[in-house]
Amino acid sequence: MLQVGLQHFLIVSSILFALGIYGIVTRKNAIMVLMGIELMLNSANINFVAFARYGNFGLHGQIYALFVIILAAAEAAIALAIVLNLYKTFAKINVDEVNNLKE
Amino acid sequence: MSDATLVFISLVILFLPLAGFTIVIHLGKKFPKLYLFEVGLQLVVLLLTIVVAVVKLATPESVIISEFHWFSLGDVPLVGNMVVDLGIKIDNITVLMMIVVNLISFLVHLFSVEYMKGDKRYTRYFAYLGIFTFSMLGIVLTHNLLMMYIFWELVGLSSYLLIGFWFEKDSAADAGKKAFLVNRVGDIGMFLGILILFTQYHTFTFDTIYAQIAAGNLPFESTAWLTAAGILIFMGAVGKSAQFPLHVWLPDAMEGPTPVSALIHAATMVAAGVYLSVRIFAMLTADAMLVIAIFGAFTSFVAATIALTQNDIKKVLAYSTVSQLGYMVMSVGIGAYAFAFFHLVTHAFFKACLFLGSGSVINSMHHEQDIRNMGGLRKKMPITYLAFLISTLAISGIPLTSGFLSKDGLLAGSIAFGSLTGHWLIPIIGFTVAAMTAFYMFRLVIITFHGKPRNQDKYDHAHESPRVMTLPLIILSALSIFIWYTPNPIAAADGWFLQDWVKTPASVVPQEVRFDFMKTDAAHETNAEEPGNEIVHSEMYTEAMHHAHYPAMFLSLALGGLGILFAFMLYQWKKIDPDKLAEKLKPLYKFSLNKWYVDELYHATVIAGTLAWSGLLSWFDGNVIDGIVNGTATVTRFFSRISNWFDTFVVDGIVNLSALISGFVGLTLRRLQTGKVQSYILFVVFSVLIIVLIFQPF
Amino acid sequence: MGLYDIIFYLFALVTVSSAVVVVSAKNIIYSAFSLLFTLFGVAGMYVLLGSDFIAIVQLMVYVGGILILLIFGVMLTNKVTNVEIKSGSIQLLPALIGVVVLAVLLIMLMTNTNWHIQPGVIPQTTTKELGKLLLTDYVLVFELLGILLLIALVGAASIARREE
Repeated sequence: MLQVGLQHFLIVSSILFALGIYGIVTRKNAIMVLMGIELMLNSANINFVAFARYGNFGLHGQIYALFVIILAAAEAAIALAIVLNLYKTFAKINVDEVNNLKE
Repeated sequence: MSDATLVFISLVILFLPLAGFTIVIHLGKKFPKLYLFEVGLQLVVLLLTIVVAVVKLATPESVIISEFHWFSLGDVPLVGNMVVDLGIKIDNITVLMMIVVNLISFLVHLFSVEYMKGDKRYTRYFAYLGIFTFSMLGIVLTHNLLMMYIFWELVGLSSYLLIGFWFEKDSAADAGKKAFLVNRVGDIGMFLGILILFTQYHTFTFDTIYAQIAAGNLPFESTAWLTAAGILIFMGAVGKSAQFPLHVWLPDAMEGPTPVSALIHAATMVAAGVYLSVRIFAMLTADAMLVIAIFGAFTSFVAATIALTQNDIKKVLAYSTVSQLGYMVMSVGIGAYAFAFFHLVTHAFFKACLFLGSGSVINSMHHEQDIRNMGGLRKKMPITYLAFLISTLAISGIPLTSGFLSKDGLLAGSIAFGSLTGHWLIPIIGFTVAAMTAFYMFRLVIITFHGKPRNQDKYDHAHESPRVMTLPLIILSALSIFIWYTPNPIAAADGWFLQDWVKTPASVVPQEVRFDFMKTDAAHETNAEEPGNEIVHSEMYTEAMHHAHYPAMFLSLALGGLGILFAFMLYQWKKIDPDKLAEKLKPLYKFSLNKWYVDELYHATVIAGTLAWSGLLSWFDGNVIDGIVNGTATVTRFFSRISNWFDTFVVDGIVNLSALISGFVGLTLRRLQTGKVQSYILFVVFSVLIIVLIFQPF
Repeated sequence: MGLYDIIFYLFALVTVSSAVVVVSAKNIIYSAFSLLFTLFGVAGMYVLLGSDFIAIVQLMVYVGGILILLIFGVMLTNKVTNVEIKSGSIQLLPALIGVVVLAVLLIMLMTNTNWHIQPGVIPQTTTKELGKLLLTDYVLVFELLGILLLIALVGAASIARREE
């Protein structure tokens, strides 16, 4: 059991994923929410790479991990731009206070 | 001139008055001079009628029928094919009647121009005259019972409108309503009679019906039904021709303008009943004819006795009209077909003359109608007097007048009838009435025109009427002379009127229900089958009439002379004091003065009965029906209360409860709807968890 | 339990614990720095999984790019004068329950699944192979991602630009 195998990586990724969700759901600050998203992306990436390692897929899993990272970068850029815009509009970036969806 | 042209002109004659009516009634208010248009139109119609009459009477044997298919009811179950045709029939009596109608109509138009001057509904009056002329011509021209009925009602309408022309007067309005309602009674009978015939023959056309009857096809296979149909249709004539007991409307109809009385209620419309009887003559059974004869005789007697004592100049004339109409109807009943129609024509002229004469008198006396206020007018109004006198001579049956010819033939017919069937009462009544007629007519003339003026003031203002009023009088009195009808002043049978123009049509009813004298013997049977052979009266009747001619003439002359003499004794020479005579015969006098109490009888029976019945129905309505209704309402209200309670507490409760639950659920769920993305994500997480737990993938 | 395993546990511990700090720290700056360690940990795991190139990219892009971006965001949106960098939390309890259950479920899923493990040969260096793959099999995706990044760049600039 202590011998590290695929499942260990998967467990770590699961925990990261859960923590990412926790961060998204609980934190007020939009930037913190972004960090939660990054955590989840990382957990997904671990899965990709782990399956690439333990399944006979060659390097294809790693390619996808690479793409995810690129997308994460783009996403972070856009998200931060939105956050800045939000800040300009409402003078606050607390997501729970920006509840225009309610009305 | 071809038949088609003749038909076309006849249709033009028929519809021109309608066009006149339509134009004048709509534009009359704007253009008050339009009455001249109406008068001119009537003159055109009269001229056209004369053209048609001359052409038609040149060939007396021809009968022109033009019909078209109006609609078909198709093959009606249980009844068969029903077809309704409209059309006109032009034969001799049609054109003669058309002349009578249009001539008198035109003269009355002319007379009215002066008589009605200053009336506030002057043009409307002429419009009404137009629609009356149209309706009357419709009756005259039609060749079927349906159109007859339609126009029958139309003349009833125009009569109603004209009787009630001065509707501001209650009496005029009431008289109009009375005329209309009383006529309805007769029309119901007529309608039923028409329906009997239509049920059997599926057509309204006279000739088709007669052909069917002649072929032995009887309504419901029974001569009784044929008799019933005849009597029922005759009921229409009873109403329209003011026969007893439906005569009560005619005297009241004198509330209308006097020219109208002359046109409608003396000369033409009331003669429509006789015209109808003449039209259906061929299908009358012996029983039906006897009924008709009795009705006619009785009516003439009743009306004559009433006319003896009336003091209103128009009332006297009205009752004399009823009496003369009774004569005509009786004449149809006793089989003196030709004389019935002959008397219709002659009577139309002299009675129109009498009425217009009375109109002239009334006009110059400033609407005074009571003869007790007149007298001595002979000097003031010589033309009116002369015309009136000639007409009076005619109605009294003095030789050289038209009335003498027709009345004489009629009375001869009644004697022949009496001798052949044993119903002697009818000639007896006929002669009695002749004497009474002479008496009351001369009473009227003497009181009105002779003697000393009783009302000096009115007398001083009296004057002869203008020419436009005297011209019709002159023309009509001229037409009361024998020469227009026959060259022989004492016997009409040889004249062109009866010899050539008016022939008794063949009876079509089965032999066994004809009078003996109308049965065709074997020799005639063969003749009768030849087309166009219309000789049906067996020699017996003609013979009897011929024999009766001179006795009848002398008897009627003697009785008429007696009546006249009596009138002169009473009123001119005052040998007998009429008041004392009245005192002596007080019950009879009263009975006559009060018109046999027929109106009172109706009041006591029909009207009171109707009122009582209405009262009963009202009570029934008020107590029983309303009770039921109110009871129902109460029950309904009770149930409504319960329903209301149920609604308020149960239904509303359920509704409110569900609303409450919904509201509660909504309020609860609303919390979830925070608008925060993060909450939604949390929900997604939980949802995924739940889905995972449900599907248990491991 | 060899060295490989020890290193793995080390990295796992660093990753998870710093991730916990990331999502729970009151101070947003702490969170950001904890994220740095998490990313490092993940990069270490990539190395353990034989993906050296990914690990390097992870460090360069995440640590050098994204994390810096995030810190810039924090700086730009919080007033520096009256430092209000602390950030509160909401719906802690339901989130905690849900996340714990989710984590348990995921872990059970991962452990109970009978994975079809068939380790292939791991090349010594993956960079060359990845480069080949990117320019052959994945060339279209590669190009599209390039365009995507360009669009993201322009879009981000456009969104963030102060509007007149």
